[in-house]
Amino acid sequence: MSPAIAAAWALLPDYLGWHVLLSASALVLGVAISLPLAVAASRSPRLRWPVLAFAGLIQTIPSLALLALFYPLLLGLSALVKSLSGHGFSALGFLPSLLALTLYSMLPMLRTATAGILGVDPAVREAADGVGMTPAQRLFQVELPLAMPVIMAGVRTAAVWTIGAATLSTPVGQTSLGNYIFAGLQTENWVSVLFGCAASAVLALVVDQLLGLVESGFSRRDGRLIWGGAAALVVACVVAVIPVVHVDAKASYVVGAKNFSEQYILAELMADRLERTGAKVSRKEDLGSAVAYRALAAGELDVYVDYSGTLWANVLNRQDNPGRAAVLAGLTTELKRRDGVIVLGSLGFENAYAFAMRTDRAQALGVTSLADLARAAPSLTLGSDLEFLSRPEWKAVDTAYGFHFKAQRSFQPTFMYRALSGGEADVISAFSSDGRIAADHLTVLTDPKGALPPYDAVILISPRRAGDRRLIAALRPLVGAVDVAAMRSANYSVDRDQDKLTPAEAARALEKALR
Amino acid sequence: MGAAKIELLEVRKTYGGHVALGGVTLSIAAGTFVALVGASGSGKTTLLKAINGLAVLDAGQVRIDGEDAAGVAPHILRRRIGYVFQEVGLFPHLTVAENIAITPKLLGWDPARIAARVDALLDLIALPREVAGRAPAALSGGQRQRVGVARALAAEPAVMLMDEPFGALDPITRDALGTDVRALHERLGLTTVMVTHDMAEAVLLADRILVIDDGVILADGPPQILAASADPKVRALMDAPRRQAVRLAERLGLGA
Repeated sequence: MSPAIAAAWALLPDYLGWHVLLSASALVLGVAISLPLAVAASRSPRLRWPVLAFAGLIQTIPSLALLALFYPLLLGLSALVKSLSGHGFSALGFLPSLLALTLYSMLPMLRTATAGILGVDPAVREAADGVGMTPAQRLFQVELPLAMPVIMAGVRTAAVWTIGAATLSTPVGQTSLGNYIFAGLQTENWVSVLFGCAASAVLALVVDQLLGLVESGFSRRDGRLIWGGAAALVVACVVAVIPVVHVDAKASYVVGAKNFSEQYILAELMADRLERTGAKVSRKEDLGSAVAYRALAAGELDVYVDYSGTLWANVLNRQDNPGRAAVLAGLTTELKRRDGVIVLGSLGFENAYAFAMRTDRAQALGVTSLADLARAAPSLTLGSDLEFLSRPEWKAVDTAYGFHFKAQRSFQPTFMYRALSGGEADVISAFSSDGRIAADHLTVLTDPKGALPPYDAVILISPRRAGDRRLIAALRPLVGAVDVAAMRSANYSVDRDQDKLTPAEAARALEKALR
Repeated sequence: MGAAKIELLEVRKTYGGHVALGGVTLSIAAGTFVALVGASGSGKTTLLKAINGLAVLDAGQVRIDGEDAAGVAPHILRRRIGYVFQEVGLFPHLTVAENIAITPKLLGWDPARIAARVDALLDLIALPREVAGRAPAALSGGQRQRVGVARALAAEPAVMLMDEPFGALDPITRDALGTDVRALHERLGLTTVMVTHDMAEAVLLADRILVIDDGVILADGPPQILAASADPKVRALMDAPRRQAVRLAERLGLGA
């Protein structure tokens, strides 16, 4: 087995377990809601249209957006519950994923179950009344048994959809087979992406076949097929879920990471150090920028690395730039005062937004600073990552220099560099600690007006771990210990095309290169 | 068992503006075999369904053996009344035996009694016992309707309602099954009400014929009295089988 496949294989019990637990829970919940609703819809034409239209509407929302929407919704709900009862609940991870997937699974089941019940021969239905059945007896002894093969077909469709869509729960902090896909996309580890796709597809196929067994059991009225298929499903679910329940019980620290290589490496670096103290550590990776901070403040993460400028602009909503030291000092007091979040300190390097161009192109245009860039902008295309153009930093820099680009395009960070070297973008919003700046010999433009705030990488600790000496003792040596050259080379070792390292391997190499 | 008297008092039923029953008053003596005849849409099926509550009345009262049917929950009432549908309506997911056993099971009979009853009914409707385990789909049309009759009789009802029970059958099966049903009516002492559009069938099987027209009873009496009716509509109906019989005799060379 190749090392890349072996690495992916080792993660399978955890990823698959969560994926199965999540999909199965969503499906069971979906059936529990859809069936009674379908029965009601089949009874009342007035209810039928709104119910089916609502389920259809849900289906038109992109599944990733549906998952993302549940996070702020639950966060608000959690705050409300906390203010009423004193106990909040986690708005991150399992719950939003479960609710979104449940909603998502309902349309095929509602449609088929309603059609199945309505499709029962009216003569048979009248006969059920005629022999003296109550409405409930008619439903359970005649209508549902006759509609069951059709209902099961809907359950099969819903199961396949749910298993596929569950890969999208990774960005809201729920471990799933999607972790292979999202992490692989960021680090250009295509083996990981393919492994995730294959695992999810195989799971969907197996579940579909087992449900198919149950379905043919219903249509052939063969109880052995029904119970055999159902038993195989239950056993498979339990076996898949066992490692997760096991691991989860022992996890004590939760280390978070956003969705790019540097974050994975730093999360591994911190996790390694915590594990060396004997603690159990679980990781929540691929979090969105705003999701990560709120999760930390809510105590769902214990520690992660963020960047001073990001926190300054997005969390504190500040548009000024008083300088690197003042920003760091301001953050330390403000975050503590406002959210109880501890800024342990800067790791020692910046990962700033930096406009970068291919050196040959910059020289040809005579561009060395953002002021030059503003002049040349009308004939240039700007490539950015997915969030930069909606961030306050972009507004600040745009206000300061007045850019009018010919076009603006957004990319996954990985593809942003590809677009620059391929000529699809002339200038990109790069990251100053990115190894690819040196590797691709890019020119970083200067910022004479100081419009871009500083981006010191800082370790943030959640309020509930504020007094945790073991955690703080394990992580404090990292403060000031990572210089930008070491971080760039660690990032590049993960991002490059040849001899790629996994984030964990890169973290171990970085540990040796600490100052 | 033992036959029951059926009474209808000023029974009215409207379906979305169309008057199906326009105030029908009627008394059927215990043990009578009544045929309801009339054109399609005349209200004869609605009259049948009014008796066991499958049609909910707008006004009026139905009494079975003197007891107001409205005072009994509909499903309880129907368990006491056998009903044979034109489309048969056997439950396709149940075996022949399970179909026959359905009402006794709803009534909570013990399994041994149900099994004995199913066997007895298969004998009664002249079906071999080995069909008991088969699915309804594996039977012929005539066999299916025999099972339908057995299912209606399973809980030993005093009243039997039949809605064009032989409409979809071939003439030979139809004739045989009609004769068998009349024999069962005698043997079990039932009060039977049968909807039919076949006048010959009505004349051959029934003690009393009700001609329904536009939701009201146009004529009522034994076949031979109705045959002498002065009403042109009734005469037209009653003459049909007579004309058929004459033409048949002529064509087959049996003429007098």
